[in-house]
Amino acid sequence: MSASDELRPRDEARRDGVIHPEVLAGNDESERGQDGRRLQHAEGASRPISAKAPREPQPRGAKIRGDRPIDQAEAAERFLAAPMHQKAHDARLWDLRTKRDTAAFGIPEWEELRELASQIKTHTLANLDRYLEQFEAQAKANGVHVHWAADGAEHNRIVHGILKDHGAKSLIKSKSMLTEECGFRHYMAGTGIEVIETDLGERIQQLDNEEPSHVVVPAVHKTRFDVAEVFSRTMGTDPENDDAHYLAESQRMHTRPLILEADAGLTGCNFAIAETGTVVTCTNEGNADLSGNVPKLQIHSIGIEKLIPRIEHLGVFLRLLSRSALGSPITQYTSHFRAPRKGTEMHMVLVDNGRSERLGMEEFWTSLKCIRCGACMNTCPVYRRSGGLSYGATYSGPIGLIIDPTFNKRKYSTLPFSSTMNGSCTNVCPVKINIHEQIFAWRKVLAEEHHIPLLKQGMMKAAGQVLSRPATYRAAIGAADSALKVLPRFAVYNPLNTWGKGREMPEAPRQTFHAWYRQNRMTKAGGKKTEGIK
Amino acid sequence: MSVREDTLARIRRNRPAGAHPLPEVPLFAPLVGDDHVAEFGERLKRMGGRLAEATSGDDLFASVRERLDGATVIASAVPEFAGNRDLAAVARPQDLADVDVAIVRAVFGVAETGSVLFTQAELQVNAVAYLAQHLVVLLDPADILVNIQAAYRRPDFARADYAVLHTGPSATADIEGVLIHGAQGVRSLTVILTPRT
Amino acid sequence: MRIGLFVPCYVDAFEPEVGIATLELLERFGLDVDYPFDQTCCGQPMTNTGCHAEAAATEALFVKNFSGFDYVVAPSGSCVHQVREHLTAIPQTDEVKAVRAKTFELVEFLHDILKVEEFPWAEFPHRVGYHGNCNALRGIHHARPSELNKPFFSKPLDLLKKVKGIEIVAPARPDECCGFGGTFSVFEPAVSAKMGYDKVSDHAQAGAEYVVSADSSCMMHQKGCAERIGVPLKFIHIARILNGATA
Repeated sequence: MSASDELRPRDEARRDGVIHPEVLAGNDESERGQDGRRLQHAEGASRPISAKAPREPQPRGAKIRGDRPIDQAEAAERFLAAPMHQKAHDARLWDLRTKRDTAAFGIPEWEELRELASQIKTHTLANLDRYLEQFEAQAKANGVHVHWAADGAEHNRIVHGILKDHGAKSLIKSKSMLTEECGFRHYMAGTGIEVIETDLGERIQQLDNEEPSHVVVPAVHKTRFDVAEVFSRTMGTDPENDDAHYLAESQRMHTRPLILEADAGLTGCNFAIAETGTVVTCTNEGNADLSGNVPKLQIHSIGIEKLIPRIEHLGVFLRLLSRSALGSPITQYTSHFRAPRKGTEMHMVLVDNGRSERLGMEEFWTSLKCIRCGACMNTCPVYRRSGGLSYGATYSGPIGLIIDPTFNKRKYSTLPFSSTMNGSCTNVCPVKINIHEQIFAWRKVLAEEHHIPLLKQGMMKAAGQVLSRPATYRAAIGAADSALKVLPRFAVYNPLNTWGKGREMPEAPRQTFHAWYRQNRMTKAGGKKTEGIK
Repeated sequence: MSVREDTLARIRRNRPAGAHPLPEVPLFAPLVGDDHVAEFGERLKRMGGRLAEATSGDDLFASVRERLDGATVIASAVPEFAGNRDLAAVARPQDLADVDVAIVRAVFGVAETGSVLFTQAELQVNAVAYLAQHLVVLLDPADILVNIQAAYRRPDFARADYAVLHTGPSATADIEGVLIHGAQGVRSLTVILTPRT
Repeated sequence: MRIGLFVPCYVDAFEPEVGIATLELLERFGLDVDYPFDQTCCGQPMTNTGCHAEAAATEALFVKNFSGFDYVVAPSGSCVHQVREHLTAIPQTDEVKAVRAKTFELVEFLHDILKVEEFPWAEFPHRVGYHGNCNALRGIHHARPSELNKPFFSKPLDLLKKVKGIEIVAPARPDECCGFGGTFSVFEPAVSAKMGYDKVSDHAQAGAEYVVSADSSCMMHQKGCAERIGVPLKFIHIARILNGATA
């Protein structure tokens, strides 16, 4: 990439007057590196969105109605009705996808690394009992308290118990999809112990009382105007100042005292090393290290599928993780927590929450290989146009479609249908999960167990009956020149005509191929003409 | 049955079919050239870090002199610089909240990524590397490893209670992809290449 | 060589000229092409919706129609992918397995089996953008997908490059899905249409006059989207270009 290419987005933004002048400060160390080149690391800088249009309210996620199936299409339609948000969301995530491509293509052995990572993970999962025992023994030998939680509720009770035992009043935590999955923050809300998210994106989501919409960039669906609104409401910042630097700095100043006063810190876990009992976290902000190194009590929540056998294997996974997620060679911080600091306590909570059951699902167990890089979300054309909250689940995007139904088959029965099964997700996955094939397999399971709408199944039954009987089929699609009249039912088996809502109908041809063939290539007796066709 | 036993039993019951052997990980050819110092510096800069310019004079800290002179509290964990906050005497990590600049030595650097490794031994108080506003890192050019794979063949990770790779300063782009340094941790990270004394 | 011509249902109903072009093109190479008259569909609408049991009778009919040919050829990557990878609702007898293994999409049949070197009759003096159907691209490996760090190849572009006067332009997101997705297009219409708008806009921005594809289904969707938002693009199936259509 040439220097002028690198500079273009900001220069255009400056010309159009769409970003706050403060962002353009010439000596800004964040924007440019020591040698003056524009920086691309961490979560990457994409084109700032235009503010000229009237500000647009942030579209909210799927409506949750107990166990009733999530209507992802409905939420996605509302997201699309907010073009400023949708456009920024799509552009930002596509930017991550292209950065991922550049990083992946910079490593000749990329595809081999993916295969190795996949094999190391499948090996570990196939021997998970052994590796968990090894991990536990090592951690205990390191002076760590190890706990086992069968499900999310038990995880929450265990962590709450540890905090209570220490008389903790507040807990700082770094980003963890596992704690989201356990509903940890919601549980803690009733305990009188304050939980403070310290990842900027996660903090934004906490203050706005929303779930993360993406596993790596939790507030990617929000514009800086939305963030300015949330911060002014919750932290008293200037509601008119939507400069990202101002907002981030305000958050730092606001959170730092909370970090210093916290009685306990909690992190998630990217990798748990069986041979050493180490918890590895990969972050960009340094907040996991603050959580683990400042308070006297530290807790690490670990999904049992995070195990890998040896330290040496990090040499494979770390080369894949951040490149897949953000296109950077590594995260700013890769932290290895093995034993407590002097005079402090360290706890590790091993959480199952359905994982051991999923291990027994022949078609779906390899989804446990997931290292939560988010690459499948970034590349997913449906996700980019729907927003992560439209899925109404902890895990959104392609990986969510195949994981969520294992938690609640009825509630998430619709999600595997929110996909075109284009397969790009499978190709970007650093651990080679066959995501789109599992989406396909889930559809079969859900149909067989009658978790798909009766209307849909009825339509497919009718279609199957017509399509398996040539005469009925030809009668159904009508005479040669009237094929169009039956298009909606014929082409897409759809009595609701949603086709015409956003698209024009195809024009009617003069005759079907079938009719043409009969007329031009068949004898009156029904045989194939053998003359004059060359 | 305890949760532990129950979980392990379920895992054994649900063990996926097939052999799934653990693959041998080959040693891949390095992505970087032979000049590890230059490669390290280039990658460090791309990750938002700074590499101290070589100085002709005696002042090892010339390139960060301005930052040091402007600092009220400097915590040094290296013999090359006498700070004014004694890390050995720090009772609680929180007491480092007012540190402007921390100076530490890295165990090693990684050319492929521009990373530096610290353990609790180098940091003395782990939190200093995050609570300080700015971090200055001394790195012996002889301690630069070629890549991440080489780094993870070192014994440091298995031995240290805490080990961390820093690659540039704290960074975020959680608001509209605008890159910002110093989200929660240090606002800048500068590496000074100098042999161990 | 006896060829069974499979004309997918939407080609039959909406783009009969694609079926005709496929037939004529195969005959240009001296092949003996039969069109089994009782054919209907590959079963994809049902299997894609998870309804495998509902697809079984249609799949059985497909096998009955196409048994005994040396090859089955269809102008659709998506339908061929269904037959080859997902025609599994019926018992996998030797007959079923044989039909599945012998079913080829037109581009790969010309490229890999016939190994066609030239199309002397073909001339298409236009700027075209190629649209790879996702099943054709990632399911039956028409080309190297943009995600994989592997050597570039593209069977459809190899063939198009043999056509006189053609100029190929590439969209910014070369293999982004257009949003058709079979029944996805009607069950998730808003996202589907938006993906289509973005796709045709990308092609137009790249300077394409025509969008060319080996799959009529994607183009039917894209054409509907282009017309709705007023993007002046034309759409043509690759079979027609290779058979000598000039516009």
